[in-house]
Parts: sequence; structure tokens; C-alpha cells
Amino acid sequence: MNGAAILALIRNDVRLYFADRRAVLVGVLVPILIAAFFGYVFGGAGMNADAGRIPIAVVDEDQSTVSLAITADLTADKLLQVTTLDRAAAREQVKAGKQNAAAVFPKSFGEQTTKALFSGRDKPQVQLLVDPSQTIGARVIEGLLAQYSMQEISKEAFTGVSGRKAIDDFLGDLDGQDPTPTSADLKALLQTARKLSEMRASAAAGGPGGSGSVQPGFVLSIPYTLAPTEVTSRDTTPYNGYAHSFAGMAVQFILFAGIDAGILLLLTRQRGIWQRLRSAPLRRSEFILARALATTLVGLFQFALIYLAAVLVFKVRIEGSWPGFIGVGIAFCVLNATFGLMLATLGRSAPTTRGFALMATLLLVMVGGAWVPAFVFPRWLQNVSLYAPTRWAIDGLDGATWRGLPFSSEVLPIIVLVGSAAVCLAVAIWRFRWED
Amino acid sequence: MLQVEQLSKRYGDRLALDAISFAVAAGETVGLLGPNGAGKTTAIAMISGIARPDGGRVSLGGVRVTQDANVLKRRVGLVPQDLALYDELSAWANLQLFGGLYGLGAEHLRQRADDALALVGLSGRRNERVKTFSGGMKRRLNIAGALLHDPDLILLDEPTVGIDPQSRNAIFDNLETLKRRGKTLLYTTHYMEEAERLCDRVLILDHGRILADDSVANLVQQYENLEAAFMQLTGGELRDGAEA
Repeated sequence: MNGAAILALIRNDVRLYFADRRAVLVGVLVPILIAAFFGYVFGGAGMNADAGRIPIAVVDEDQSTVSLAITADLTADKLLQVTTLDRAAAREQVKAGKQNAAAVFPKSFGEQTTKALFSGRDKPQVQLLVDPSQTIGARVIEGLLAQYSMQEISKEAFTGVSGRKAIDDFLGDLDGQDPTPTSADLKALLQTARKLSEMRASAAAGGPGGSGSVQPGFVLSIPYTLAPTEVTSRDTTPYNGYAHSFAGMAVQFILFAGIDAGILLLLTRQRGIWQRLRSAPLRRSEFILARALATTLVGLFQFALIYLAAVLVFKVRIEGSWPGFIGVGIAFCVLNATFGLMLATLGRSAPTTRGFALMATLLLVMVGGAWVPAFVFPRWLQNVSLYAPTRWAIDGLDGATWRGLPFSSEVLPIIVLVGSAAVCLAVAIWRFRWED
Repeated sequence: MLQVEQLSKRYGDRLALDAISFAVAAGETVGLLGPNGAGKTTAIAMISGIARPDGGRVSLGGVRVTQDANVLKRRVGLVPQDLALYDELSAWANLQLFGGLYGLGAEHLRQRADDALALVGLSGRRNERVKTFSGGMKRRLNIAGALLHDPDLILLDEPTVGIDPQSRNAIFDNLETLKRRGKTLLYTTHYMEEAERLCDRVLILDHGRILADDSVANLVQQYENLEAAFMQLTGGELRDGAEA
């Protein structure tokens, strides 16, 4: 083994990498900037209260107690960013993509809903104007709207003025119908509800019943409360959106460097330098080893700088296993180096190879969840993504950072990455033309 | 020193070398002349061990090149026709790589690189990037890259192509210095005056065959001058085929 030659080749490749300072800057700074952007969009370091809020508009053409109360509930919800608009402006803003949806409470909404609650007839229609590109947001809004509507409508029905009127009207309707055992029971129930409502109103006004015998807030509401808890490395550590975005961008831009290394090898073959390398006492295996090690070192350099920025500026922490984090980083950089070698052996011309390689890389990082987390994919795509080594690299890095997983959880990603590297290396060795 | 016997090479249907044989003695400077596509570069590639012959053999000091190519490669220095340099790196960094490939230790390599740069007159430009060099300077550095491991045999494949007369003259001076130091040179060129000035002996090659193998003096005596010998032996038709 010509160790001196291998070292000379590695040193030379590293020199070549640093000789293009602009490329070095792009390879390190650009992923940091893009990761910062994506990280902010996906919630940042838990400090950005507005991040992730769904923008919706409310059009209140009723201005009733019920509609005003629902609007207030929606406004107070942490998931939503509510703007009150008129119908035309709301439609325009949804159309322009500024609001995910707009809920329109029509005139007499409050009165009709309380009546409809008892009679089941003449339900008012709440129009929900939806941006078709924001279907997930629209579903969230539908759910929250149903929750707050039930809460406020039942409150008004059983304790409010319009509720008592609705009960009276419905009792009047029942009186006009032929008596049946069911209508008699219903009448008794409504009379009880009417009585309770009167007692509560009287209590509120300081009259009889003010002793608190009537439970305040007689409201139909969801019979449980929800306590969303971020399951991260520790209960006290909030989710850091930057941790995932830095994993994704590190993977993407290290792969870009791998492509560059492959293209450099292709170009070297086409230049006189190839003849000089071939005329030296250098074996094929030594040359391949040197190239793989040099590209791995360059990848590790990028990896280290990108994560240094993530830790120092964006408060990303290695909450899990340090050996796991380093192991995934090294395994991925080795994979990247062999991937670059494979490209160089499969490609013929530099421009065509670069084009195909970029396409393959972008597909790998996209499917691997580098841009958006894989859980937003449809189930079939999530299953497909398991065949992309990028997915394992990103999951491994996520595991070592915000998920805080132990080393045992990093073993499988490392095995998959090393295995993929072995496949790429095997193809590279098989296809590598040492002699002309 | 160098023995070439029945060397053959075919690229598809084209016969690039047709069982050529010749010998080069130690310290001798031999010119390999021929038009484009004659087989000069193919012959150099076989002798330097970077391409396998289809037939025949190359021996250096009695040892066949294919037996232990890496040992023999340490005794041969190749100056390729295409510049074998990294433009993005300094002259010094280029030489560090080329010397490193031959396993030279740091101090030895530094000394050899200093000597090589001094020989080609580039000591003052050692830390500058090659892309800032003129064509002639690059050609000289290309030669320096082949000298670091102190080879016995130096193969020069058209080392003066595409440069101005001043640079060419400087390269002649470099090669004459190497000759005086006892190095064996095998030199391919299109330029007859180069061969007349530098070579003890010339081989005229065409269509993969050796048409003449004689001293410059004998050929001049026989054909008036080297160019006349070349034109008469190879014919005057244009050669559009690429150099093999």
C-alpha cells in the first residue's frame, strides 16, 4: 500500500476543495441560511409565538351574542390568527392566499342556531370559504369552529335570552301538535331547562336563587381538557424546528459536494492529469480509497461547520447520543463519498452527469424529508422513503438532536448508511475504468 | 536501457501500432517523429505503463514493464501532451502531489521540487496559481512535474506544442541540461528543427510502423535535411485522423 501516495492525493483533493473559496462558502453558508429559513417556518427554537398559526378570517354579519362569543373564542385560540373582515374582503384574501379560510356567520345566526338546537329544523348555514391549497388548515378550522360553536350556542340556549325565547317557541309548537308520549317527555325536559335558565338569569341579577344553587356556566362543552405536551428529549425541552431543518440541509448540501467530487473525477479523466496519475506507481484500489477518504473529509468539514452554526446560533442541542450523532455523520459522509465515486464511474460527460446527479439528489433529499418532515407525506410515500438512505440520515440526526434518542436507536440508521455506501462502492469499483 | 519489441495496439478496426521494435541506450536522446495519428502517443502510453499492448513487450533495464509496472514506473517520468496540472493550485502544490505519488518524504520532496522549479526557471513563481501562468510557463512546469522522482527515462510527448519561440527555446535549454545530467529522453514532436537540435537519433513513425531509425546526421546526409526525410518517408497527404 502506497500510503504516501494516498496521503498526497487526499491532501491534493482537500486543497482543491479549499482553492475555490466561493464554493466553500456556498457549501457551508447556503445550507445554514436555508436551514434557518425552514427552521423558522417550522416553529423555530420555540420562541416564535406566531410561527405555525393558521391565518383565518371571520365575517360576522350577525353580531349576536353567539357569533361574537365564537369569534372571541377563535381569536383566543393559539392555533389561529384571526382577522375580522367583511364578506368581500374575506373572499379576496382567501383567493389571494392570505387567509387559509374564512368563516361567514350570516344574519340571525345566533337566533337560528338556538332554535335549531331544540327543533333540529331551519339550521343556518355558516359558509366556510377555503383556500384549496390549504386543506389541512381548513380541517383544523372546521374542527375548532364546531367546538366553539357547540360551546357558545349551548350556553346561549340554556342560559341566554334568545335561548329562553327559543324554548318558549318550541314549547308553543309542541302545544299545537297532537300529544304523544315522546312530546310529553320533551315538553317536560324543555320546561325544566326553561326553569333552570330563569333561575340562572335571576341569580345573575341578584334575585332568588342567587345563593349559587344553580351551577354557573351551564354549557355543553367537550367533557375533557386537552394538554398538548411536546414529546422531545426532555419534558422541559421544547421542540426546536431548526434541529430538523439543519439535518435536512446538511444532508442536501453534503450530497451536492459529493456530486462535485464525482464531476471533478470525471473531468480529471479527460485531462492530462489523468495520464500523470496513471503513470505514477499507484494502484487502482489506492486511488479509489484516496478519493473516497478525501470526499469524506470534505463532507465532515461541511457537517461540522453547519452543525456548529446550528448549535451556536440556533440553539440546536445534541440531546441524545453524541457517539450516535458522530456515527451517523461519519456514515453519511462515507456514503456521500462513495455516491460521488459511483456517479463518476457511471457518467460519461460532466454536464450530463451533473444534471442526472442533481435530479437524483433532489429526489433523494425530498423523499428523505429534508425539506418537509416525512410525516406530512402520504402513507405510501412514507413507506417508499424508507428506501432512501437520506431518510435514515435525517432520522438519525433528528434522533440524536431533538428526539434525544439513545445510541441503540442510531445503530440501524448507521447500518443502513454504511450498507448503502458499500453498495455504491461496489458499483464504483465494478465500473471504474483504471486503464484506458 | 529501453527495449521495445514487436509492440502492437489496435483501437477497434484501426491498427495504431503494428509490431514496432526499437531500443534506446542509456543517456541517449531519441526523437519519435510522425504525422498526426502515426502512433507516437500510443507508443508513449505503452512504454509508460498506462496502456496495455495487444502484443509485444517493453523492457526497461531488462525487466518487462508488465511484470511489475509500479517498480518500473518509478524509473520513468512522463510529460503528457495535454497539460497535467491543476490550474486552481499553486505550482508548489502541484509538485507536492506529483512527488507524493512516488512516495517521496517531505524533506526530500521539498528539495526535489526546489531543484525542478530551478531547472525550469519557475522558482520565483512557486506559490502562484498555475492559472496565472503563461502557456510557456505551464509547459515548463509540466516538465518539472515529471522530474521529481529523478527518473532514468523521461518520456516527453510533444512538450513544446502551442507555445512561443522564447518559451520553446527555454524548454530546449531545460532538456539539454537533463541530457548533460545523463538522463535518457524519448521525445515526440512534429517539429523537425527540435529533433535536429536535441536528438542523437530519430525514429520516423507512420501508420503504426517505423519507417526510419537512424542518427540525425545520417538522415540529413541521405535526404539533405530532416524535413525532407520526413516528407519523403511519410508522403505529403493531409492527415485528418486524430492522434492515437
